[in-house]
Amino acid sequence: MSVLLFTIIVLSGAFLAGLLGSLTGLGGGVIIIPLLTLALGVDIHYAIGASIVSVIATSSGSAAAYVKEGITNIRIGMFLEIATTIGAVCGAIVAVYLNANYIAILFGCILIFSAIMTLKKKVDHTTLDNTDKWARFFKLNGSYPDKGIDHPYAVKHVPGGFMMMLFAGTLSGLLGIGSGALKVIAMDNIMRLPFKVSTTTSNFMMGVTAAASAVVYLHRGQIDPGIAMPVCIGVLTGATVGSKILLKAKTDKLKIVFAVVVAFLALQMIYKGISGL
Amino acid sequence: MNTTEKEKMNDKDIQVILGTLLRAGVIISMSIVLIGGAIFLIHKNGAITDYKVFKPELSKFSSIIAIFKGVATFQGDAIVQFGILMLIFTPIARIVFAIFSFLIERDYLYVLIGFIILAIITISLNGGLAH
Repeated sequence: MSVLLFTIIVLSGAFLAGLLGSLTGLGGGVIIIPLLTLALGVDIHYAIGASIVSVIATSSGSAAAYVKEGITNIRIGMFLEIATTIGAVCGAIVAVYLNANYIAILFGCILIFSAIMTLKKKVDHTTLDNTDKWARFFKLNGSYPDKGIDHPYAVKHVPGGFMMMLFAGTLSGLLGIGSGALKVIAMDNIMRLPFKVSTTTSNFMMGVTAAASAVVYLHRGQIDPGIAMPVCIGVLTGATVGSKILLKAKTDKLKIVFAVVVAFLALQMIYKGISGL
Repeated sequence: MNTTEKEKMNDKDIQVILGTLLRAGVIISMSIVLIGGAIFLIHKNGAITDYKVFKPELSKFSSIIAIFKGVATFQGDAIVQFGILMLIFTPIARIVFAIFSFLIERDYLYVLIGFIILAIITISLNGGLAH
């Protein structure tokens, strides 16, 4: 395949991935990796390197908007970034020594899990009980503005959330994804944060987490400019368009369709991984 | 104005600057990637791609020094890689900024946390662990 044709195909695929990723809330990374590996036969190591770059671009872009609105809890973000960056660096180092087939199988499983998570009804676990001594020590309790009213919230189970973030960071480094689904579980279900705060804070953390593993990938030669260029431009454009549509359209039905498509991609990756062992 | 309100005002300023920093980082680095990409495509138009097998030994720009050398000779793929490097440094610059802002707020606990994150990234940046 010529360089020009390859670039055009990847660019349009990445645009689609960014669009779907932002509409479903799955993120562009988890969709571009199966596209590259299954449709274009790209080695998963290159796909992961390109994907992690696109994760930095999209998360920094949208974090910029959220941070200005004052919804993101910067202290929670930075505190948990200790866990995610340690995990990310470890994950990225392990990924280098791991057979591509094992990575593909693990990736497929995480993809199915993320797809299920986007369909699950969210249960509000927020609390005002600000007695958690960790949360007080690290000043994690806060409030967020919504329609001109300040909503206070309290944070619980800080060590549990921290451990979950360590795991989320490791998967992010290992698979080149933002692992937003796991981060939101850690913050919603364990630490009892309001949805708005957890999704924006998870997004805020993604950039630093991805940067930590991206430097390892760069040194290992996993970030190839020929793939990373169309992937990051495509995903970022797609995600930007997606976030504009998201404000206008109801996406509940779309989400189900996309989740099925994503689950199908995931099964293919698992199949390919197992048959390659 | 009492202290908590003052703190909130400070936080608000920091949030606005942080947001601008992130957005500027993304726009600048993506523009560099785009320019590099155009040069790369013009030069490599007829070349054939092959990414079927991961060959780390073939990667030309896997260190910061190699990227700078490539940019100096105006190679498209080096410029793309430089843009990607800028993109990687955007969230890192965000941490540096956060450290300064917590220093002004005299929140030394979070200054320390910022330094811990920077240390983790620096260790991996040196490649000591990666090689």
